[in-house]
Amino acid sequence: MTAHYLVLSGLLFAIGAMGVLIRRNAIVVFMCVELMLNACNLAFVTFARQNGNLEGQIIAFFVMVVAAAEVVVGLAIIVTIFRTRRSASVDDANLLKY
Amino acid sequence: MESPVEIVQHTAGGVIGVSWLMIAFPLLGAAILLILGRKTDRWGHLLGVAMSLASFVVAVLAFFELLGLSAEQRRQAVHLYEFIPGMADMGLLIDPLSISFALLITGVGSLIHIYSIGYMSHDPDRRRFFSYLNLFVAAMLLLVLADNYLGLFIGWEGVGLASYLLIGFWQFKPSAAVAAKKAFVVNRVGDFGLLVGMFIMWSATGTFAFAELSEKAGGLSQPMVTAIGLLLLLGACGKSAQLPLQSWLLDAMEGPTPVSALIHAATMVTAGVYLVVRSGAFFFPEGSPQALAVAIVGAATLLAGAIIGCAKDDIKKGLAGSTMSQIGYMMLGAGLGPAGYAFAIGHLITHGFFKADMFLGAGSVMHGMNDEVDMRKYGALRKYMPITFVTFMVGYLAIIGFPLLSGYFTKDGIIETAVEHNQVLGWLAVIGAGITGFYMSRMIFMTFFGEKRWAEDAHPHESPTVMTVPLIILSIGSIFLGGYLILSNRLMLWLAPAVGRPEELPQFHFASTPGLATLALVAVGAAYAWMKYGRAEVPAVQPRGSFLTTFARRDLYGDALNESLFMRPGQWLTRIAVFFDNRGIDGVVNGLAAGIGGTSGRLRRIQTGFARTYALSILIGAALLTGALLLVGNI
Repeated sequence: MTAHYLVLSGLLFAIGAMGVLIRRNAIVVFMCVELMLNACNLAFVTFARQNGNLEGQIIAFFVMVVAAAEVVVGLAIIVTIFRTRRSASVDDANLLKY
Repeated sequence: MESPVEIVQHTAGGVIGVSWLMIAFPLLGAAILLILGRKTDRWGHLLGVAMSLASFVVAVLAFFELLGLSAEQRRQAVHLYEFIPGMADMGLLIDPLSISFALLITGVGSLIHIYSIGYMSHDPDRRRFFSYLNLFVAAMLLLVLADNYLGLFIGWEGVGLASYLLIGFWQFKPSAAVAAKKAFVVNRVGDFGLLVGMFIMWSATGTFAFAELSEKAGGLSQPMVTAIGLLLLLGACGKSAQLPLQSWLLDAMEGPTPVSALIHAATMVTAGVYLVVRSGAFFFPEGSPQALAVAIVGAATLLAGAIIGCAKDDIKKGLAGSTMSQIGYMMLGAGLGPAGYAFAIGHLITHGFFKADMFLGAGSVMHGMNDEVDMRKYGALRKYMPITFVTFMVGYLAIIGFPLLSGYFTKDGIIETAVEHNQVLGWLAVIGAGITGFYMSRMIFMTFFGEKRWAEDAHPHESPTVMTVPLIILSIGSIFLGGYLILSNRLMLWLAPAVGRPEELPQFHFASTPGLATLALVAVGAAYAWMKYGRAEVPAVQPRGSFLTTFARRDLYGDALNESLFMRPGQWLTRIAVFFDNRGIDGVVNGLAAGIGGTSGRLRRIQTGFARTYALSILIGAALLTGALLLVGNI
């Protein structure tokens, strides 16, 4: 019965990955990353349910904590970049290269 | 023939026990003058003379002490200290041969030191000059007094260094700097021979000491002895300016004249003769290939030097050619074995006197003529420099072998012994004597006789007393020494404990065939010189001259030969090596670096700075990883 959840998780992950790859707006990219994380969470919870133990659920919690911390740092960076260059496009922030 | 006597260890005290003082005095002098530098400018020359004289006094005392011993006791080894533990001890060998050299070196050396006070009086670097002279005397004494080849070699290199420093004393003159370098390089060739000879000695016998080597040399195989002998001869050729390593001596005249007299006429250049005589054990028996090689080198050089001397207008270069030639005589004598040793050493000693006399005389002439060396600009100087003229004349008569003067006895001894042993070489030496008569007379006539051909600002005058007194002393030696040493075989008997002697003592013949032929040829040579340079006018500009004259003027094309045989191929070799280094080795290293640099330059373009590109590669990587895991898991 858990197959649907896993398929949903895969779809969400694919959408998130696609969004990261093709969107330029840093906020949207960021949200897509969140989407991928949550797809993973869903997969973890599903597997926990499937295996009848709690380990997957615990890891899901950890992921949420990390995601929350990441949001704090990530949003701060995006806001700073927007302030300095009046743009939130990830393609404009390409100075760190060869 | 009688062999040399055994070397005994010196035990009692006496002057022989402290004979190292002979070396220590001038060495100390050189050290003080070099270390204290300009502070000693005022009295440096006096210290130099004092140290040389002190050394002479020690040598004379040691000589008399040796004279007081019986013939069997006359080879005293004085142990000084352990030089290389288990390998070589440093010690001195006081025997008739070494003490004869020590007397010549310190005696003539001291006279030349005294002369130099006057000669160098106007030179701001006189103190440095005396420090080098002292260094030379110390090194030369070590060379002749050491009781082993290692000590001899140190002295050998020391005199080479002193010679280099003194030839290049006026190093601001490019010609002097080049001449010094040339002398040093050519001498290295000879030193190479000496060194390799010593290596073979060591590997064959395990010792450098003369005493042990003379015992063990008999036990070596003949080819081994021949090899050592030929290598030692190469060393001797380098130091003594014998063919084929003669080219440096003529250029060495760039140094101050006292240097030419002391180092490049009287003492250092005779070190080769000393080496051959001292290494008699390796040139045994007479007529062995290596001994014959010595005699041939001597005969060839005595002719070559004489021919060169005929064409030189530079008075010092003329004398230098003559030095080559006279050392050729000594080498010829030394190549004849114990029969010739005494005459070779005798000629060496008398030559030390009359050649130093003439070099200092030439220096005195130059001193009075504003350092002019071209004999075509001299003439008629006998009235203006009477003492120089008379002393030079004595040296001249001695060198051409005028009867009863020094050179007559010693040179005639060599010629007669040579004729007895080897007709061809002996008669070549007779011819050489005739050429000597020509070129030395030419020098005399061009310098002291004929018309004045001076430069306009020349005011010739007699040199100061400090310069003329050494000249007088040296010319007295040039008159009497030869007869004293050779008649009744004094020198041969005196040297016998050190170098051996023939069973039958030679009798000096005043009217032997070679002797009369020599005198006749010398007379012809002198008369020809009188016709060309005495009676006839000497052109002020060097005439073109025949092919033969050019040949002699260009030092028998010795330099050209060296240049085309060694210098050019050497340059090509270095060029090839440089090319290989630049293109080959550097090419590989630089190419590798450039390759890596270029590749990384291309590789870094991957870092585009677009976050989405990185994300894509992460995704692809993760997908690949997952795929691989699935694949592995399935298997």
